[in-house]
Amino acid sequence: MSDDLYDEHILDHFESPYHKGRLEHPTIAHEDKNPLCGDEVHLELLVDEQNRVKEAWFDGHGCAISQAAASILTQQIEGKSIDELKEFTAPQMLDLLKVRLTASRQKCGLLSFKILKTMIYTLDEGKSKS
Amino acid sequence: MFNMTAPLTAPAYDVTAIRQDFPILSKPLPNGARLVYLDNGATAQKPRQVIAKVVECLENYTSNVHRGIHALGDRVTTEMEAARETVRTFLGAAETEEIVFTSGTTMSINLVAHAWGRKFLQAGDEIVLNEMEHHANFVPWQQVALERGAILKFIPLTADGRLDLTALDDVLSDRTKLVAVTGLSNVLGTVNPIQEITAKAHARGALVLVDGAQSVPHMATDVRALDIDFLAFSGHKIYGPTGIGILYGKRRVLESMNPFLCGGNMIRRVRKESSEFADLPSRFEAGTLPITEAIGLGAAIDYVQSLGLDAIAAHEDALMRQAYSQLAQIPGLRIVGPGPDARGAIVSFTVEGVHPHDMAELLDRKGVAVRAGHHCTMPLHDWLKVPATTRASFAAYNTPAEVDALCEAIRYARKVFRLS
Ligand SMILES: Cc1ncc(COP(=O)(O)O)c(C=O)c1O
Repeated sequence: MSDDLYDEHILDHFESPYHKGRLEHPTIAHEDKNPLCGDEVHLELLVDEQNRVKEAWFDGHGCAISQAAASILTQQIEGKSIDELKEFTAPQMLDLLKVRLTASRQKCGLLSFKILKTMIYTLDEGKSKS
Repeated sequence: MFNMTAPLTAPAYDVTAIRQDFPILSKPLPNGARLVYLDNGATAQKPRQVIAKVVECLENYTSNVHRGIHALGDRVTTEMEAARETVRTFLGAAETEEIVFTSGTTMSINLVAHAWGRKFLQAGDEIVLNEMEHHANFVPWQQVALERGAILKFIPLTADGRLDLTALDDVLSDRTKLVAVTGLSNVLGTVNPIQEITAKAHARGALVLVDGAQSVPHMATDVRALDIDFLAFSGHKIYGPTGIGILYGKRRVLESMNPFLCGGNMIRRVRKESSEFADLPSRFEAGTLPITEAIGLGAAIDYVQSLGLDAIAAHEDALMRQAYSQLAQIPGLRIVGPGPDARGAIVSFTVEGVHPHDMAELLDRKGVAVRAGHHCTMPLHDWLKVPATTRASFAAYNTPAEVDALCEAIRYARKVFRLS
């Protein structure tokens, strides 16, 4: 854990994000805002037949924490099954950021995580209905 | 004999002495940095004169007002009514009854939206707003308009963020019932020409409500000279306590309104089936008031007047001009709002490549407290086409060295983001 919020890891992801952009045919897409800072993240997943995340992409703008976190999240979840992602917790997400966040900045760090959780819930809902 | 080199009068404005009135300014922050407090638009620090008055009140005459037939009740009532009188003279109001204690600007505006708006607005009536208003002077009107079928109209803004008054004649109509406008924009810093607005609105038979949250602490506001119908402001932004604010209303207008909140203090006579409402200002002061805070607000206004509001304004104007020109030299920095001549002591900006929230966090490391976000003005940020800005806002105790510290901290933030 680094005490420096703006360490290399965060700034590298902020400057050169992994998979920033949009998919042509995402299986599911969702977006949300953090009204405190005006952060916006749009997250898209391509889920294969085996229920694994084949590709994850994000788009958005906002503070370095929210955007770096989205980049880190897309990198981490590719290849994971939806069932595995159900086990993925907020503290684990915060650990991936490798920096200590104050309570107010955790909202920034967890924005994309929150979107992911909403998507998984929506996927499940869709399945139980069909 | 006489020392001819010494000035004949004491320096008019001694910021070093003023700083000593504010205990918090000499306390180091948790990280050891020296506090550079530039978030005065959010709330101002409190001088020991206000703190002492609040303590005096709590220790010596805690009691309810207008109730106890005992020595403490008399004393606290006298003190609170003296504070009301202080507010009256400060605003140049004709009568003490026109000064209503509320919990703050937000409550004052909501009081008018409910007690006046719901009573007098009819379907098709018009309320004139503009995009620079704080949500506190926006959402209450939007909601009462929805409820009553009234229509919101907007004075357009010029490209540099002033009200386009050439359009005002077209925006006003015979259906206009109210113009709600801020005295000083909490983001753009724009000072609005209130006198011109009240003259034009009154010619159409409309009332004018001025949101004085930012203007009253920083510039003289004479409600009679400006012919303002309603004025709202908060104690905490003028070096007073939180939880207290003022609604000024012209007697004739306040008397036409029904109460907003009902309960104790606001009635003259209650029968099982009906009630007679109290006279002004009690009619709008239901329940136990923030008594200590009201007395503290009186002390805060006394403090401001002891420094001289015009002297404070001149000092803050110099700081704003310094900040405006120094900030403009920082690469990638864009100031929003008008040039210094149309601006109060607020400078908001964006810096290419550093989000305002990251900026505020990095400035905080250097002890510089600013605000970042949309500052409760989402329609304005839509107009600006940016999600957020960083705001530095000045007060009586700020110094030129603090403006330097702000600029240095911004350069540091750019460095952290590898921008230079
Ligand atoms: C222009 C303006 N209006 C209204 C308010 C609301 O003031 P309060 O929160 O004290 O009611 C503020 C302060 O945030 C403001 O800047």
